[in-house]
Amino acid sequence: MITLGFWFVVIMTIAAAVVVVGSRNLVYSAVGLFFTLFGIAGLYVFLWADFMAGVQVMVYVGGILVLILFGIMLTHRISSVNISHTGLQRSLGALVAMVILFGLTYLIQNTPWKWVAGIEPESTTYEIGTLIMTDYLLPFEVASVLLLAALIGAAVLSRKNP
Amino acid sequence: MDQLQTYLIVAAILFSLGLFAVMTRRNAVAVLMGIELILNAANINFLAFARFGGMNISGQVFSLFVIVMAAAEAAVALAIVINIFNNFKSINIDEVNQLSR
Repeated sequence: MITLGFWFVVIMTIAAAVVVVGSRNLVYSAVGLFFTLFGIAGLYVFLWADFMAGVQVMVYVGGILVLILFGIMLTHRISSVNISHTGLQRSLGALVAMVILFGLTYLIQNTPWKWVAGIEPESTTYEIGTLIMTDYLLPFEVASVLLLAALIGAAVLSRKNP
Repeated sequence: MDQLQTYLIVAAILFSLGLFAVMTRRNAVAVLMGIELILNAANINFLAFARFGGMNISGQVFSLFVIVMAAAEAAVALAIVINIFNNFKSINIDEVNQLSR
């Protein structure tokens, strides 16, 4: 049953990602991105990262996706909807992506990975909080400054006459 | 589902799709969506190695920082895209070859 759920999540994630990449209508791409991000949050749950799954849903689905939808709405014009790809560019891009995908798959399948099964933890939130407040205190503070800078920068950049 | 390789291959597929979007899409917002896919693929790898490396929480903290960076990047990038649209009346990134006009 759990295995079935896992494969359902995997197939939903990849199918939605194909819609994101292939759809000509940007709104369809955004809806596909919604399902992809939810599927990735599901994969995080299978990876025993419950806190990260919550963060993924809140930040990506609740924040970044809404931001991208605003971007689509604010830059939406009839003439800019169907920006067509040239066939050559598309096939060359597909070729490069396929070569990289097959190379990575070959590498992953042929590497003798050493991994341990591990024990499923009760919750990871406590450990993450402890690590952030001890070992990763400086990156944590730098991240807050980065977010402040991004906030001010985005506000200044998106004014009509900066 | 208890295999490291499965997660790595899912992440590789997502990475290739994101790379394809970055290389071929001409709409700047669609390129941004491709970048989000690539960042998420990297995050899946971090968490997979964290779990199969003996439940090492440091990997999860690192993917948390990746998400923070992705949020900042999305905000600034969309502000730039909106600015480009106001200046050029188009977000076809093939046409945008000047910083201002």
